[in-house]
Amino acid sequence: MGEVIVVTSGKGGVGKTTSTANIGTGLAAMGYKVALIDTDIGLRNLDVVLGLENRIVFDIVDVVNENCRLRQALIKDKRFEGLHLLPAAQTKDKTAVSPDQMRNLCAELKNDFDYVIIDCPAGIEQGFRNAIAGAEKAVVVTTPEVSAVRDADRIIGLLEAAELREPKLIINRIRQKMVKQGDMMSIDDIIDILAVDLLGIIPEDEMIVITTNRGEAVVLDQHSRSGQAYRNIVRRILGEEVPIINLDEGSGFFNKIKKIIGLG
Amino acid sequence: MLDFIAKLFGKDSGSKNVAKDRLRLVLMHDRASISPQMLDSLKLDLIKVISSYMIIDEANLEVNLDSSGSTVALVANIPVKGMKRAAGTA
Repeated sequence: MGEVIVVTSGKGGVGKTTSTANIGTGLAAMGYKVALIDTDIGLRNLDVVLGLENRIVFDIVDVVNENCRLRQALIKDKRFEGLHLLPAAQTKDKTAVSPDQMRNLCAELKNDFDYVIIDCPAGIEQGFRNAIAGAEKAVVVTTPEVSAVRDADRIIGLLEAAELREPKLIINRIRQKMVKQGDMMSIDDIIDILAVDLLGIIPEDEMIVITTNRGEAVVLDQHSRSGQAYRNIVRRILGEEVPIINLDEGSGFFNKIKKIIGLG
Repeated sequence: MLDFIAKLFGKDSGSKNVAKDRLRLVLMHDRASISPQMLDSLKLDLIKVISSYMIIDEANLEVNLDSSGSTVALVANIPVKGMKRAAGTA
């Protein structure tokens, strides 16, 4: 029996889809069977982030309306046998799926997959309610900005009201240089304010842009810090105790790599 | 230059403290919302308690959360019609 995890944030553009793609790919890379569901109906993007946009035939709305069977709509990943995507519909809106339908869908997927990871749309309306309906655990993504943390707080409140207790936090796009200068809120500042457990931190990293451009997941990149950060998150989801990545060591480590590449 | 010196000596010169303070304030307001049901049950409890000391105008009782300014306050406007005296003195 698998586990259903929803990735949410409230605010848009903080890295929900990127995090969903990387967590899913990371779990699949470790041999787990993973289903990713894009619930951002009308604004689907998980397909392009995963590089699977050319393979879509059916989508989540086709499945709930019984235009096709669930297995027909699941797209197999390019690299990993165990990784599948259920894409969102692009031409419908968020009312095309009901919370009950989501619950049924998650229950069905749980039978066949170790992890079902749901990419939630931004906002707190129907799309959000649908996305969390079938979930057992929640991950909240934020960035170190006032607006994103504020929305994360609101989402945490709504998750708890919906009986999704103890959501875990990912703080994305940390710029350690700015934190050191005192111009960006630190991990401790944010954890202190939101009073939730930390699932992981992701440093701001050009490699995320580069891998996303290619439709690949940075979690597979062995040299980047963001890849390492996502691999750590994956291991924590699997129940391992992994220390939070030390961003202060980052520049030195990174420079070493650059030197090696430069010399090589 | 002044910025540089400030950074060298003081850790609190950065904008993150401004962000934190603003965030704390905005969250205090966000979190201080109360559902109409909760407000109603609070009103009923207030009436119950106050009625054992005073005669109040229940119809014109107003209770609200006021979150203007830097604090959140529970503001109650309860018209008093008269006092209740201890038994024997009435």
